[in-house]
Amino acid sequence: MTNSLLFDFTVDKSKKTVYITREFDAELSLVWDAFTKKELLDQWVAPKPMTSKTKYQDFKVGGKRFYAMVSPDGQERWALQEYTSITPKTNFKMYNAFADKDENPEPSGSEWDHTFSEHNGVTTVSIVIYNESLERLERILDGFTQGMKMSLSNLENLLASLSQRS
Amino acid sequence: MDIRRDVFQAIADPTRRAIIALIALQAMTPNALAEHFHTSRQAVSKHIKILSECELVKQEQQGREIYYSLELEKMKEIDIWLEQFRKIWETRFNQLDDLLSTIKKKKK
Repeated sequence: MTNSLLFDFTVDKSKKTVYITREFDAELSLVWDAFTKKELLDQWVAPKPMTSKTKYQDFKVGGKRFYAMVSPDGQERWALQEYTSITPKTNFKMYNAFADKDENPEPSGSEWDHTFSEHNGVTTVSIVIYNESLERLERILDGFTQGMKMSLSNLENLLASLSQRS
Repeated sequence: MDIRRDVFQAIADPTRRAIIALIALQAMTPNALAEHFHTSRQAVSKHIKILSECELVKQEQQGREIYYSLELEKMKEIDIWLEQFRKIWETRFNQLDDLLSTIKKKKK
């Protein structure tokens, strides 16, 4: 059913940029809401078994969303997003930085650019993530894998078998 | 006990992953690398040593400086790791698919 929907993911290390394009079987206004309203964001943005909780969100240019990814053992990883540009139902940009629980952001973050379009009831979302530091990109993954121990141990097995072969 | 290091051990540490990411962009001297981290140059050197033992990093002498660069063959294994990153997004988007279809049903 959803298998025919496009999913494109590329990383350009030299440009420190991740490109993601995905189609959704829903009208644009609904998908726009899912990306811009905290009630909906918190329901999908954290890959299970992690959960997302938004402390507050003010979706306007200069406004912020302060939220945490929570791992199954209760560890919170806070991040602060500031909306830098909003063109309703077309595009929004934000600056994302990890933060402590008191909203103090880390010095380097990433710029996110989301573009939305709809054709025949299918909505395409293109996301471009530019990371000021690649170290940060690594740590995003690190944070997620902490909550995904199972897939990490799968990876461990895979890499172990690969290194035996070499 | 098998003391040979493997690629997973190399990427099990966040600092080493960051070093890998940095030298993937360009060959770098130990000093240039150390500037990217809050730890001492010695600590960075220790990580580079482990990466070398895992055959992920090779070194080249250019004049008086040593440059570290990535072993491209081993990069393939790191690409597998990057694949994990892609999977996170896949998981997220599948969750969003479910959410969207739930909302659509409610609307009817």
